[in-house]
Amino acid sequence: MNRLDIHKTYKLYLGGKFPRTESGRYYPVHDSSGNLLANMCLASRKDFRNAVVLARKAQPAWKRVTALNKGQILYRIAEMLEARKAQFITELSAHGLSQQSAKKEVEAAIDSLVYYAGWSDKYQQLFSTVNPVSSSHFNFSVVEPVGVVAIKAPETPGLLGLVSMLAPAVVGGNTVIILASEQQPLTAISFAEVLHSSDVPGGVVNILTGKEQELISHMATHMDVNALVYCGSDKTVRQSISELSSDNLKRTIFYNQDHWDKAQGESPYIIEATQELKTTWHPTKAS
Amino acid sequence: MSATENNPFNASWTYDKAPESTDHIQLKEQYELFIDGAFVKPLKGKYFETINPSNNQTIASVAEASSEDVDKAVHAARAAFDSWSTLSGRERGKYIYRIARLIQERAREFAVIESMDGGKPIRESRDIDVPLAANHFFYYAGWADKLAYAFPNKTPKPLGVAGQIIPWNFPLLMAAWKLAPALATGNTVVLKPAETTPLTALKLAEIIQESGLPKGVVNILTGAGATGAAIVQHPEVDKIAFTGSTAVGKYIQKTIAGTPKKLTLELGGKGANIIFEDAAIDQAVEGIVNAIFFNQGHVCCAGSRLFVQESVASTVIQKLKERMEHLIVGDPLDKNTDIGAINSTKQLETIKDYVEKGLKEGGEIYQPVCDLPKKGNWCRPTLFLNVSQSHTIVQEEIFGPVLTVQTFRTIDEVIDKANNTPYGLSAGVWTQHGAKIFHLTQQLNAGVVWANTFNKFDPTAPFGGYKESGFGREGGLQGLRPYLKFN
Amino acid sequence: MVAQLIKMLPDLHNIPLFDATGVNERIDRFCKRSIKKNSKASGLKLALSMVDLTTLEGKDTEAKVRQLCYKAMHPHDLLKDLPSVAAVCVYPSYVGIAKKALEGSAIQVASVATAFPSGQSKLSVKLDDTRFAVDQGADEIDMVISRGAFLSGNYQYVFDEIAAVKEVCGKAHLKVILETGELDTLDNVRKASEIALYAGADFIKTSTGKIQPAATMQVTYVMLQAIKDYYLATGKMVGMKPAGGISTSKIALQYLVMLNEVLGERWMNKHYFRFGASSLLNDLLMQLVKLDTGAYQSPDYFSKD
Repeated sequence: MNRLDIHKTYKLYLGGKFPRTESGRYYPVHDSSGNLLANMCLASRKDFRNAVVLARKAQPAWKRVTALNKGQILYRIAEMLEARKAQFITELSAHGLSQQSAKKEVEAAIDSLVYYAGWSDKYQQLFSTVNPVSSSHFNFSVVEPVGVVAIKAPETPGLLGLVSMLAPAVVGGNTVIILASEQQPLTAISFAEVLHSSDVPGGVVNILTGKEQELISHMATHMDVNALVYCGSDKTVRQSISELSSDNLKRTIFYNQDHWDKAQGESPYIIEATQELKTTWHPTKAS
Repeated sequence: MSATENNPFNASWTYDKAPESTDHIQLKEQYELFIDGAFVKPLKGKYFETINPSNNQTIASVAEASSEDVDKAVHAARAAFDSWSTLSGRERGKYIYRIARLIQERAREFAVIESMDGGKPIRESRDIDVPLAANHFFYYAGWADKLAYAFPNKTPKPLGVAGQIIPWNFPLLMAAWKLAPALATGNTVVLKPAETTPLTALKLAEIIQESGLPKGVVNILTGAGATGAAIVQHPEVDKIAFTGSTAVGKYIQKTIAGTPKKLTLELGGKGANIIFEDAAIDQAVEGIVNAIFFNQGHVCCAGSRLFVQESVASTVIQKLKERMEHLIVGDPLDKNTDIGAINSTKQLETIKDYVEKGLKEGGEIYQPVCDLPKKGNWCRPTLFLNVSQSHTIVQEEIFGPVLTVQTFRTIDEVIDKANNTPYGLSAGVWTQHGAKIFHLTQQLNAGVVWANTFNKFDPTAPFGGYKESGFGREGGLQGLRPYLKFN
Repeated sequence: MVAQLIKMLPDLHNIPLFDATGVNERIDRFCKRSIKKNSKASGLKLALSMVDLTTLEGKDTEAKVRQLCYKAMHPHDLLKDLPSVAAVCVYPSYVGIAKKALEGSAIQVASVATAFPSGQSKLSVKLDDTRFAVDQGADEIDMVISRGAFLSGNYQYVFDEIAAVKEVCGKAHLKVILETGELDTLDNVRKASEIALYAGADFIKTSTGKIQPAATMQVTYVMLQAIKDYYLATGKMVGMKPAGGISTSKIALQYLVMLNEVLGERWMNKHYFRFGASSLLNDLLMQLVKLDTGAYQSPDYFSKD
């Protein structure tokens, strides 16, 4: 006798919870043969707004988590993802990837998490300096998270793109709201489940599914977002983001769509892109 | 005035005038644009006057660059770029060293002109602005042949033509902050000084000419907002570096959106200066004075919001008021002047408007008794007591010698209030408690945090803001970054 | 109104502290004041009137003390309207000689006492030393604090000793020498100032002149701030005497600028400020003559006593 499959409901990931979109809207995602894969939440600007509130609330505590601990949490995410590799391969395959490509992407995503886990207590030493000022002061500059970062993940690769943007921002102490690939959103929400079981505090990562076109202007204009990372090559969108971001002088960071398959997709400079630099002065013994 | 119950420490010994001599200063009646290594007349033949704000007399007339002049300058910079950017770093560095030395040689002349044109006390232009400007060139000169060490695993390349627009509060120093890293990294430059303070940048152009720097590597265009806009909009400019108001910064970001131009902005601020009960109080009082009255308060990183812990508030305010009685306001060229002239009549009006607003909103004003010269733009050092976060003068940048004073009770409360602003340029914290210093310096959202000191600058120390105070850093290794791209 | 003071060691845990870097920045501002023309002339004369002309050597003799006293009364007769110096400062054994030599003048006789300069003796000896100087007619007593006791944290001992000497002084003014060159930090200077002020000092003084560094603007600044806070707390004005190392007019004027901008006009006189110096006097005179004549001066034209 055939058993009826249980279909998974894909929801949003906000503040460590899995709510449906407040709007009640959805959009269907199909496989390459046109079969319905899932009805994804079509996140609204209000979902985004709520996500920013949650990310802001989570920010101070996440910033204070020790570097070592952040690294261990990222490594834990990698462990959990490794354990659920099969599920992610299946989901990517459903999006049309060959089994081999899907496997390669999932493994690259896991390795990327391990890579950034390793940077957690090292990038500071790379980008911070002790400055030999010519007065009786001790002077140093340290990098600090910029704060709340909104990210539009690349359309493809669905999982690796998301992880490659999320990991450097999060390991750098930021809290993020990431809008997943519109066409390949399944793994994004499954990845939220991985995060949820990996000691990542609620609100540190908030994942939305929906349409870039609908949300991107709100991501750019929101006055409590400190930086916006956009992975897309559309010049008009980029221009609009830059214009709108000027309202609160949001830092805007652009990456090209095809960034991720190459070696340059991983770099401490990507961490640095969502860091601020703070210079501190204190007197020393007078000469 | 004699010592009274209110001020038992009144000083009676007044110092005779000690003006710095202007004899050795070489000033022309008319200044031209510096394009492609030569001083040339503006294509449209327009000039404007630069005024001495301490007596409102005209010092010189200065060319106003039109968009055609900007075009000419950008082309000169573009033409110079190939050979300048491919010149060896070592040779580039030697030119920059030469400029540093020439500034040092003519330091006194620069200082006097800076004070005449901008109104700042000669003590500051002589001891701070000019030496720091020379040191800035000296610092970045040394980077020119060492760029490969600055960014591990990256190959740095210059951007091309940098358009640089600088403010009127530190005219020469800001020119140095902009030019030195741009040149060290192999870019060529079109620089526009502020319209009220063009003279030291033009003197710098003379030095640059004297230094033998290849033609077109540095072009200096004088003019007002329209000239700046023409630079920002010019399609062949690869990089904009702007220091000035947040409003203009936002406009620039909007204007160049969608272009490949890189941007760094160093904008306004409303710095919190926090005095804890366990601070070295007398020293903190000095710090408060230095934080807000340095350069007439025309400082983007000024400590313009004072927070004093309630348990020591009355002592600190009493000592601050008494200290303010000793500040000498007047002739910028007098060596004893502590607070010079307000940079322009327009800025004086702005400050006056804020003072009125502060009074209207119920703030309690305090200004020391001091004589002000009859002519010129002057503002007494000013305190506003009994104000809160909601007062306009607490929220907005005044850019003058006006300090708002609030009290607080707990550490969390003051961190919250200090960060409760769209700005994030500077902050100060005063306590003798080591752990508290680091707690505060970590929690304050500001690009520069001064602990038990304030308003210190150095070429090796990166400077720049969080949030609406801008992005990018000037100074230090990190100051190279805005002028480079990586392949 | 001066409150009736109960002498008590103040709480030394709660005193204002100083970073030397911050103090240096403040000093730098004083030193950059440019003192010209009339302000210079009045400053030089004021400085002259504040000089405690000092000889404190093992080889001092009666004759030497008499010569010094003559110089104190006649700094430079060629210059009209010169004030005399404030005091002559000698060892106790020469107080009588000095007192007699200065008869009829307003010049005070100050004597060091209390096992000067080390202060290494027991209290009774120090009190006898003080009593002897007072009996000889000393108008002012310059005592030293017990630095050893201070540095070992025995503040009460230091305090009690000063209070006891003050009792013995009677009408004579008490200057308390902190010997800042042995106190290591500015915080200690402030602490020692507090002890001296609250124990009843009429003046606090930097140095014996026997230890380097002697007076510096840094320690003097810290002591002036202590005097200021003491005044604010008690309403009592206490004087300040930097001693040793102030040898030129330029430095003296910088001290006066500092005094002017920290304590103000009420302290700008010999009753509340002194320079402990000997070579300063001739330099002040040379500068005054220069202002008068326009010509730079040679030391050969100014008597050395």
